[in-house]
Amino acid sequence: MLNKIYVSVLFSSLIATALPAMAQAPEEILADITHEARTGNPAFKGFSASQGEIFFKVKHGGEWACVSCHTDKPATPGKHAKTGKLIQPLAPAANPERFTNPAKVAKWFKRNCNDVLGRVCTAQEKGDVMSYLLTVKN
Amino acid sequence: MLINNKLKTFIAATLLTGAISASARADDDEDHRPFAKNKVWQSECGECHVAYPPGMLPAASWRVLMSGLNKHFGSDASLDKATVREISDFLEKNAGRRRHESPPLLRITETRWFIHEHDEIAERTWKNPRIKSPANCAACHPGAESGNFNEHNIRIPK
Repeated sequence: MLNKIYVSVLFSSLIATALPAMAQAPEEILADITHEARTGNPAFKGFSASQGEIFFKVKHGGEWACVSCHTDKPATPGKHAKTGKLIQPLAPAANPERFTNPAKVAKWFKRNCNDVLGRVCTAQEKGDVMSYLLTVKN
Repeated sequence: MLINNKLKTFIAATLLTGAISASARADDDEDHRPFAKNKVWQSECGECHVAYPPGMLPAASWRVLMSGLNKHFGSDASLDKATVREISDFLEKNAGRRRHESPPLLRITETRWFIHEHDEIAERTWKNPRIKSPANCAACHPGAESGNFNEHNIRIPK
């Protein structure tokens, strides 16, 4: 019995230690967005990197586009359009930390879609942009 | 019996580790360093701009500012509730205690204290593209990111 308690306490501590570092691959995050897209649209036909590139580069009625901060070369560092603060490259090829933390991805899509489009992005838009960014080479 | 002893040692070690990290945290809250710090505040606020030290605005200003992050000086800077709570608590606890304007000012650069500290800076200096805005502390205070605003370290870009 005690042996069991010991093992379970030890195991829980190990999990608790490992949790903050638990990361996903960008492909796993894209799979979640695919699921979201399929659920919302039965006619969903997959994501398009070329649509994502257009979406990333044009303005959507507001003052800013994605490229206003991330530049049109997302494998290079960007700069916050207002504060001038350095932004690390967005393309996973140049910055392996990108699209590995689901909470961070959700947080920034929410903020940036609101700033660029004045609304939340659809799963299709998010997936297209992510597909594009995954094709960007160094 | 052996297992029992092992378990006791393990629990004792766990409790001890907890106690040590709790006391380290309590120390961090004390204001014997340039200013108090908090990891979440540093990483979240510091993502788009210098994480402005809590002492630069009074608690009333931080309260208003943190309740409107979805419209943060023209940008959506929203955070989840738990993160907002942690950062707000930290900012208000370590907020500035100078005499303050009412309604609360939200821009540090509009406070009497900031204006007074920078009254010798010429208008054209602020317009230097390498400075761009008075909110860009790090342009002239190279230690701003780590909370060092010491007058002797100021480097105004030409």
